[in-house]
Amino acid sequence: MTSKRTKWGALAAVGVLAVAFAWLIYGGLDSNVVYFLTPKELLAKGTEGYDKPVRLGGQVKPGSVVWDEQKLDLRFAVTDGTGEIAVQSKGAPPQMFKDGQGVVVEGRYGRDGVFKSTSLMVKHSNEYKAPTKGERPSEMYKSLMKSTGT
Amino acid sequence: MSPATPSQFGPPKPAPVWLGWGAFLFFLFTQVYAVATSPADAMMGHLQKMMYVHVPAAWVTFAAFGVVLVASLHFLWKEDERADLLAASAAEVGSLFCGLTLVLGMLWGRPTWGVWWSWDARLTSTLVLFLIFVGYLSLRSFVEDPHRRGQWSAAVGILGAINVPIVWMSVRWWRTLHQIQSNPRGLSPEYLRGLLLNLAAFTLLTIWFIWRRYEAARYERAAEHAAQAAALGDNNG
Repeated sequence: MTSKRTKWGALAAVGVLAVAFAWLIYGGLDSNVVYFLTPKELLAKGTEGYDKPVRLGGQVKPGSVVWDEQKLDLRFAVTDGTGEIAVQSKGAPPQMFKDGQGVVVEGRYGRDGVFKSTSLMVKHSNEYKAPTKGERPSEMYKSLMKSTGT
Repeated sequence: MSPATPSQFGPPKPAPVWLGWGAFLFFLFTQVYAVATSPADAMMGHLQKMMYVHVPAAWVTFAAFGVVLVASLHFLWKEDERADLLAASAAEVGSLFCGLTLVLGMLWGRPTWGVWWSWDARLTSTLVLFLIFVGYLSLRSFVEDPHRRGQWSAAVGILGAINVPIVWMSVRWWRTLHQIQSNPRGLSPEYLRGLLLNLAAFTLLTIWFIWRRYEAARYERAAEHAAQAAALGDNNG
């Protein structure tokens, strides 16, 4: 049977290990993992920011969306209120893509000032609202299922 | 003095059948109620229904790891092998719900975000949590001696529990694709009711699962001790 003192010692050791472990994970992630840059941050990098694989996140600037159905070419601007970057993307956007929506795009920021996106992701807010009268959620649902059935 | 053996504890208290049936029927009711009474979301339509399974699954994953943590601490402190068996049972049930959380989240993410998966802090830390569960369970199957198995897995259980608050806070500490936790103000009341009911139903189901698994684990351990005693000869047993 282990003595009381050994138990306290073992518990203290586990506690120290735990704190060290947490500090390593938290500290490591905090400095290295930035999931996306905002337009302001990407622009602040200047020439450093060009032609490197990066994620860009922000709002779709209202009124900036241009969708060419023939060429499957989508253009819009991502803004964070201060900075703004033009984005070009290939293929149909996700169903929930729209003006003012939060998005994250993966790709490279070209020297021509256009961000070439290889992957477009729509960020969902943490709010869920029943539709106001006049909207037709049942039809939205059908179109949603159709678009994701591929 | 050697650690306590199951014979000292007698047979485990069986999980009452009414709890199992009650939890299962309540779960059926809350699922049907939540789906039937909630209107489609203004943005995502009926995809919103995913919250009635994904969110409760995530919640009971955290709760199950909480049981692993407390039982592991108790085992190291008191050397009561029942605590070790409870931790193992909670880890098995927790790994099930953690896997479910990931899969259900992916099914929601594909139509909402446009991708099945992205390596943001929330998704990555949740995957790490699943791997900790799996690592904990495989460690148990590798260690032959029950007492050492209990000590090693308790250490993993306690260290691994650190990841639970990391998963929870990840959406606030770092920029993520995953949204932050919803609060009652951002949730229409017709969604909130169904969500809270399902949180309760999942909790009851989880209690039932862990209890049943614990009961089985106690009999397994008793058999383990009996086999050991037989191998050593009856004089020593």
